Amino acid sequence: MNAPPAQRLMAAALSLLFGGGVAWVVLQLPAESTGLATLAYEALPRSGVSNPVTAVLLNYRSYDTLLETGVLLLALCGVWSLCRDEDWGGMPGAAARLLDGGPQLPAFVRVIAPAGVLVGGYLLWAGSHAPGGAFQAGTVLAATAALLLLGRLALPPSTGSIGARAVVVAGFVAFFGAGLLFMAGPRAFLEYPPALAKPLIVTIETVLTISIAATLALLIAGPPSAPPPPAGHGR
Amino acid sequence: VTLGFAFDLTVCAMLLFLAWRSISVQSLFAGVVLYVVFGVVLALAWLRLGAVDVALAEAAIGAGMTGVLLLGALGEIARASAERRRREGPP
Repeated sequence: MNAPPAQRLMAAALSLLFGGGVAWVVLQLPAESTGLATLAYEALPRSGVSNPVTAVLLNYRSYDTLLETGVLLLALCGVWSLCRDEDWGGMPGAAARLLDGGPQLPAFVRVIAPAGVLVGGYLLWAGSHAPGGAFQAGTVLAATAALLLLGRLALPPSTGSIGARAVVVAGFVAFFGAGLLFMAGPRAFLEYPPALAKPLIVTIETVLTISIAATLALLIAGPPSAPPPPAGHGR
Repeated sequence: VTLGFAFDLTVCAMLLFLAWRSISVQSLFAGVVLYVVFGVVLALAWLRLGAVDVALAEAAIGAGMTGVLLLGALGEIARASAERRRREGPP
């Protein structure tokens, strides 16, 4: 905090230089750019969806989205690996410790949770023709799940449970699998036949939404903080 | 000067102010709260630019999700330092 004045002056000068450079580059951009928008709109009828943003995310540039879901998985692995050795595979407990509220929170969550599920489901469906999609829907569902955890109306799953892990990886596996499925002949990885594009994209987005919701909720739940139940206890 | 331009100017000024305050404020909790408000105002800015999808993502992930994760980290820091104080005893 209390760096010598010369150092602070230099930091200020560097920040100004960098900020000014970024501002200059932004001002140099052409005011009206067609960019790739015309191309994206032209191919829209063959993409399977009518929302150009979803077409880019799930069809034209689905490779980027696939890698994003992979990054989310790695983030969860990173959080889980922060636990003590004996807690590995146990239940996360950070979220439950976060708030020690009174009875207001559970009562509020009981009212708001059904609305959260409804909004999440709507955003998922709307994604094919209007703003929305898997990430937004997944985040709303994850927030609902986080509220349930904070209100102690639900317990997080044990991080060692096969079911929980399957839900978390399902989105990436479904996305990757759909990419491989139609790779026959001239088609490249993640290239869908136009006739099947819509059902494929809706299926991928649905599974992705559930996986993203579970992953984000488990990220909030934090690393495992209690040892797993002893083996042979039945899973 | 139209009403829309005045609104945009206000949003830009608020963004700069919130960004500055969220890193300069002393209390970490206040910093997180300011950061969440910054995310919501930024979503408003995306909305004004007509990028509804980006606005949704910013509000849900940038403001909501990141805010909750930062609050969680804050709670963990407080808990860990309280535990260390208890273990080491009074100075």
